[in-house]
Amino acid sequence: MYLNFFLFQLYPYIALTVFIVATWIRYDRDQYSWNARSSQILSDRWFVVGNNLFHWSVILILSAHFVGLLTPEAVYKSIISPEHKQIMAMIVGGTLGVICFIGMTILVLRRLFNSRVRATSRVSDIVILLAVYVQLTLGIATIHTSAQHLDGVEMEALANWVQHLAILDSDAYLYLNHVSLIFKIHVLWGMTLFVLFPFTRLVHIVSVPLKYITRTGYQIVRK
Amino acid sequence: MTYQPKIRAQIGMVLNLDKCIGCHTCSVSCKNVWTSRKGVEYAWFNNVETKPGVGFPNNWEDQERWKGGWDLTRGGRLKLKQGSKLKILATLFANPNLPQIDDYYEPFTFDFQHLQNAPKSKTTPVATPLSVITGKAMKKITKGPNWEDMLSGEFSKRSVDYNFNDIAKEMYGKFENTFMMYLPRLCEHCLNPACVASCPSGAIYKREQDGIVLIDQDKCRGWRMCVSGCPYKKIYFNWESNKSEKCIFCYPRIESGEPTLCAETCVGRIRTLGVLLYDANKIAEAASVTDTKDLYAAQLDMFLDPHDPEVIRLARAEGVPESWLEAAKKSPIYKMAIDWKVAFPLHPEYRTLPMVWYIPPLSPIQQTLESHNVFPDNESMRIPAKYLANLLTAGNVAPVHLALSRMLAMRNFMRGKHVEGISDLSILEKVGLTENMVNEMYRYMAIANYEDRFVIPTSHSEYAGDAFGTRSGCGFSAGNCSSNGDNPVDVFGKTHKVNFFGGNPSSKAQSAQNPNPQINIPQNESQE
Repeated sequence: MYLNFFLFQLYPYIALTVFIVATWIRYDRDQYSWNARSSQILSDRWFVVGNNLFHWSVILILSAHFVGLLTPEAVYKSIISPEHKQIMAMIVGGTLGVICFIGMTILVLRRLFNSRVRATSRVSDIVILLAVYVQLTLGIATIHTSAQHLDGVEMEALANWVQHLAILDSDAYLYLNHVSLIFKIHVLWGMTLFVLFPFTRLVHIVSVPLKYITRTGYQIVRK
Repeated sequence: MTYQPKIRAQIGMVLNLDKCIGCHTCSVSCKNVWTSRKGVEYAWFNNVETKPGVGFPNNWEDQERWKGGWDLTRGGRLKLKQGSKLKILATLFANPNLPQIDDYYEPFTFDFQHLQNAPKSKTTPVATPLSVITGKAMKKITKGPNWEDMLSGEFSKRSVDYNFNDIAKEMYGKFENTFMMYLPRLCEHCLNPACVASCPSGAIYKREQDGIVLIDQDKCRGWRMCVSGCPYKKIYFNWESNKSEKCIFCYPRIESGEPTLCAETCVGRIRTLGVLLYDANKIAEAASVTDTKDLYAAQLDMFLDPHDPEVIRLARAEGVPESWLEAAKKSPIYKMAIDWKVAFPLHPEYRTLPMVWYIPPLSPIQQTLESHNVFPDNESMRIPAKYLANLLTAGNVAPVHLALSRMLAMRNFMRGKHVEGISDLSILEKVGLTENMVNEMYRYMAIANYEDRFVIPTSHSEYAGDAFGTRSGCGFSAGNCSSNGDNPVDVFGKTHKVNFFGGNPSSKAQSAQNPNPQINIPQNESQE
């Protein structure tokens, strides 16, 4: 029981704190290290297809998680029932998951076996790539478990857990009591990715250059 | 209300190709100071190419392939050739126009240790090439920074050269018709830089005071769009820091009134530096004229006469310092580009309004002269004028003809004056020169004394910002307040800044192979 309390009640806040504080410190103190660490110039082969598949699908997957977990039942129930929501999540998530898996497999193979890419990889590059790969695999694996009961209860429990964490409910962890192990592992691994985030190349996500669109004109002149 | 120009000053450069001997001193002095670091071994902020040839990187001039520079929309507005802002963002994950390291060359060193450590053998031991990227042996070196030196390689490969457009090039593959010239290249510090426009992070900028284009190394996120955006391929992606780097026009030297390293060390005295005043309001208009052949004239139109009292008054109002106005009056660049019209921008058709200009080279006359009095005709020079025009004026031969004729006239006139003691003014009239002009041309282009070549005003404290606020800011403080952000150790404790020119092909092989570990001092490099 204490372990559950630690893992699903305290650890989320610890992970979030490390995520925010460490990212902030790095942004503040070490801008020079802040970039996407692209290796495209070293090897284009497979890169274009792998990287596009991975990035576009992972953006959609993360957005879907965000919307799915944080939308309260009261908001969505007039549009879709929990059962249908689960089936939709399984189909959309499954499809995107497979696309993402293909992309990531290409990237993992390239990272490990392309001699130029491997030689210029830092430990953090390989660690984070494999960590995300594992998380993706766990995510896809949950579909099988979900398919066992299509009543939407498990997904509701997960969403409730996140929403109650968000409103600082000290009993939020109880929502995960009856959730299958695979979901728990997926959730724990996910929080660990938040912890790793500030120390790896993942920080480039923060710097998506959307402001480029709204930049007046093209040129920049500075003193 | 009358039209008000917005006056800015820029340090420009002219390279007199007529005097370039292709010695690469510029490239080497630049390399030693700016790119002798890990990650940019392959990068040459300044390189010298033998033309005709595909150059460095492969076929860089062909924008149908690389999509650098600007295009016009159907409505006649400027648009990046690589696409709209949305398209650039959509290709952020995999840039479809990014040159590969093999388009430059895989940087290499040699396994010199083997020469000392090899066991006894019947044959002499050989130092095999090692890739600087992987540290592994390379089967064969297939490309280098100056791979086509002195026309090496087959004509069929070299003649892919974009400047052969509209030229029946086959005849130049024959030995008796062959021609060559050198083309030293650096960042053009354009008035309408495509790299700045391509950078989604807004990390690249043009300095207001002197026009130097720089990459803010703290703001660069490594999206690589500038590499493909620059049509001159003068932005290099550092595979170690994963950020872009480029020629900084030696701004620390320029600020203190000294010429860039490439210009300072040029043994042929081909490089000239000086100030030009231009009207920044005209940039968009000049860069978007419909016919590419008019771009050269449109760019000339932007420059303002530094002797015009009205220009001086307005420039003062814009805050251009007095010393810069004085330098602009004495600017050798203004004389060459505007007064004499012998210098041209490199590939104006890219619509970037480049600010490193070139004087085209004269070449041997391909006909027998009946007597030395016959005025040689530049149509019959060994290097086809059309080739030079494709390089310098978007294919418009007339301005190149005029420049070559003026240079020939200068030679003939000065030869007459010095050898025969006759000042034959009729030579000059034909090409629209006066005796004064030709004397100045001779002084600046032929004699080219140091103080004539380099008229560089020092930077002003007004530009430096308020340094008072940073007093006592560093020293006895916790953290890395004085750091430029370049941390020599990554979060996992691995040292990652190793100088390959200390003799090391790869950081992984470092401890095992390096006989002189103390040479590997982590390098601090920031471009801002």
